[in-house]
Amino acid sequence: MKIFKSIWSTLGSTATYWRNNPKLLAGLILILFLFFFWLAGSLFVDLKRAQPISGLPDQSPSSRYLLGTDSNGRDVFAVMIVGTGLTLKIGFSAGIIGLGVAVILGFISGFYGGVLDAVIKGIVDVLLTVPPLAVLVVIAAMRTEAITLNFMIFIVASLSWMLPTRTIRSQVLSLRERAYVSIAKLSGMNNLEIIIKELMPTLIPFMAAGFVSISSTAVLASIGLEALGLGPQSLPTLGMTIYWAISFSALLRGMWWWWLPPVVVIVILFVGLFLLTSGLDYIANPRLRRVR
Amino acid sequence: MTVMYLLKRMGILILVIWAAATLIFILPRLATSRNPISARIGQTAGAAGYLSQNVGEMVKAWEAKFGLNQPLWRQYLYHMKDIATLDFGYSLAFFPARVNALLLSALPWTMCLFGTATLISFLLGSLAGALLAWPKAPKFLQYFLPFFLTLSAVPYYLLGLVLLFVFAFTLRVLPLYGGHSIGMVPDFSLSFFMDALRYMLLPGLAIFLSGVGFWSLQMRGTMVIDLEEDYINYAEAKGLKEDRIFFRYAIRNAVIPQATSLAISLGQMISGAILVEVVFGYPGLGTLLLKAVSSFDYNLISGIVFIIILIVAVATFIIDLLYPILDPRISYRRQVA
Amino acid sequence: MNTAILRVSNLRVYYDTLAGPVKAVDGVSFDLMNGERFGLVGESGSGKSTLAHALLLLIKPPGRIMDGQILLSDQNLLNLSREEIRRLRLKTIALIPQESMNSLNPVERIKDQILDGVADHSRKLSAKEARDFIRELLDRVQLKPEVADLFPHELSGGMKQRICLAIAISLRPSIIIADEPTSALDVVVQRQVMIALGRMQESMGVSVLLVGHDMGLMAQFADRLGVMYAGKLVELDTVANMFKNALHPYTQLLIECPPTLQEKREFKGIPGIPPQLLNPPSGCIFHSRCPKVKKRCLTEVPNLKEIYPGRWVACHLYSEEKI
Repeated sequence: MKIFKSIWSTLGSTATYWRNNPKLLAGLILILFLFFFWLAGSLFVDLKRAQPISGLPDQSPSSRYLLGTDSNGRDVFAVMIVGTGLTLKIGFSAGIIGLGVAVILGFISGFYGGVLDAVIKGIVDVLLTVPPLAVLVVIAAMRTEAITLNFMIFIVASLSWMLPTRTIRSQVLSLRERAYVSIAKLSGMNNLEIIIKELMPTLIPFMAAGFVSISSTAVLASIGLEALGLGPQSLPTLGMTIYWAISFSALLRGMWWWWLPPVVVIVILFVGLFLLTSGLDYIANPRLRRVR
Repeated sequence: MTVMYLLKRMGILILVIWAAATLIFILPRLATSRNPISARIGQTAGAAGYLSQNVGEMVKAWEAKFGLNQPLWRQYLYHMKDIATLDFGYSLAFFPARVNALLLSALPWTMCLFGTATLISFLLGSLAGALLAWPKAPKFLQYFLPFFLTLSAVPYYLLGLVLLFVFAFTLRVLPLYGGHSIGMVPDFSLSFFMDALRYMLLPGLAIFLSGVGFWSLQMRGTMVIDLEEDYINYAEAKGLKEDRIFFRYAIRNAVIPQATSLAISLGQMISGAILVEVVFGYPGLGTLLLKAVSSFDYNLISGIVFIIILIVAVATFIIDLLYPILDPRISYRRQVA
Repeated sequence: MNTAILRVSNLRVYYDTLAGPVKAVDGVSFDLMNGERFGLVGESGSGKSTLAHALLLLIKPPGRIMDGQILLSDQNLLNLSREEIRRLRLKTIALIPQESMNSLNPVERIKDQILDGVADHSRKLSAKEARDFIRELLDRVQLKPEVADLFPHELSGGMKQRICLAIAISLRPSIIIADEPTSALDVVVQRQVMIALGRMQESMGVSVLLVGHDMGLMAQFADRLGVMYAGKLVELDTVANMFKNALHPYTQLLIECPPTLQEKREFKGIPGIPPQLLNPPSGCIFHSRCPKVKKRCLTEVPNLKEIYPGRWVACHLYSEEKI
């Protein structure tokens, strides 16, 4: 009986929390919606239909092909499912890699300071000035072998980690000041463990925000590259689908079912990511709560 | 402003340009196992149906011409010299056109589109954002907020697609493709400008809408923090007029972090603008890049990429120079990170 | 007979929080007489600063003025429109802010910040008029005219505070409310600023309401003192009377706290902590820390009563006394 009561109260307080922060909830719902779309889709739809020549080309939506087929005979609905999964994977994986880099570099930079800090900070600032697309284009275009998904993940991650590194660095810096004072008072000894234990809890919201931010930047970059045709040629990611749609003049031929669904999914993805970022910001920065 | 500040900013500018040039040199040589030119020649030749032994000779001749058979450090020096004189060689895709010529013809289009759209969206967006944060502004403005939110989340290029479909294809109000009507020769006449303007409208709108969303949200965030400062309270206590407080006290201070935001986002924004050009077939660097990528035109790609980085670096530099004017505290102490 | 220039009656200022209303100022009444120096003293959280801001109608959400009247020569300020209030500020009632470190606009020069008040309340001065005006004003607070062209970050704390003083007197107001003007300054500069304020007050005949927590400072500056505790006014008297013979136990403790030169001893504090204003205790709000607490104090709220002419106190110790 007691367990039941405590679960109920936890749900209650969680509900109040979500009510106060609608953006976070909305963002989470959108992203989860896409995730389940992919999950359910993979279970119920034959994904082989996302391959070319699975059906007659250029069919408009019918009961057979829910979203019609494209000029290569792919079943667009199947493509949506596969593409959503792929794009989510790019975002998620790049997010993890980028976050790892951001946390490590941010921590080293903020904690150890000195020359190391100056160097890392310098690299971050210079890289921030560089338009990511430009560099990515050079890297991607130069590759003679086909661009694989993992390659994509790696290169988009490589240019998304900079801003969260800065945030984490400044957090670590300010915490270091405070920790030093209290630690010095307590024991006169530098206990690394205590500092890490104090840092981690406060860093978590920034790490979460950083993960979402890196994922968004990575997905944006991947779509940008794919828009130029620099994506994995054999995989129907959302960006590549749009690219093929444009190259086959789907717009001019009125084949809205080809280019519109990926656009819609991408918009949902970005709005969701954006809401998540706002929601996380809201947690980190209580001042925003007063503007209504 | 002090000389030190100026020198420091110039130093960073030069550093960025050098890094970009070096990057362009290194990356292609890293990404492939063989040198890029021969790889492309091989593929192109194969596609055209040449016999393989001739290809070998072609590659050698090409390599000799472009100095690719020299030791690496020599190549690097030649490369840097070329960059310094802004010589990117011949374009493979548009042979015998030189890369510079192509860049020069595409650049004004991109600058016009990107420059005006970004500037207008920044100014209007910032003003809108400031009003959204101002408690005494009319309440109905708050309804714009979710609108801005969604817009800022959508990447320029997708917005461009949607706009293209709605206005150009369905409604047939505005042109579908290109920078100017076929048959109009680019010159400095008014009629050409008017024509070009029609073509610039939709891509410009795509950049503008997304930008306005982003900038208004940024400004709103900055203003909210700014409005809590003591000097705003004191200004009210002095019984100053509303618009004076809004413009001279609130916005004037919020502009500083907003300018920093602008400088940081330039890279992202120009990337977006480039992609928008692709969607609309607008004759700027974007469409050029698409062509270059699909033809594996290494020289052209390098040239475009370098120019883009250069534009962003110079724009950032200019904003940095404006800083001490915006914030009188800057000249007297070291750069605020 | 001296008249009251500002009459505050039963002012209540509450802050709406998620947990309920915080009663920052709970039914305070007093008069500010024409040309007098009135001190409002209390510890942090007593509501004195809130009160000072309420008089200028500067209370912002989540704060609200719930109840009461603020009469300025028979006009209730709480009934005025926003524009009418704006016109009163600086011209009639001027504020010297607490945190002068940040009170000045960092991106504008001093002269512009002095002149904008003038421009928004009377008219824009010509270049020559402006120069003379500023020079004269700065001279009154003993600052060199070159200061006018500087930016706030180029000035020291004391200088910034004197600028705020200059701004406060620039339009010759009838009332100056000084909200802890010297709290952030060191003792030497504190003295300079207070002397300057005193001189202004004398020469211009302005009525000054000085809000602070330093009894010593109050003793030197004020004519009359009001003591605030936890949102209520507990004692109101002339400085001389109060220091000679304070009536309220809280005031007595306040005066006893700092050691004097004659009596070298340890710094005495007042035991206990101030009550939380969300759910104030019943009866007298001071009862939990009062050394003279009686049974009655726990249940009945003492009202501010004039025990002797001009001497007011809110305490049950005196409720049986007859005048």
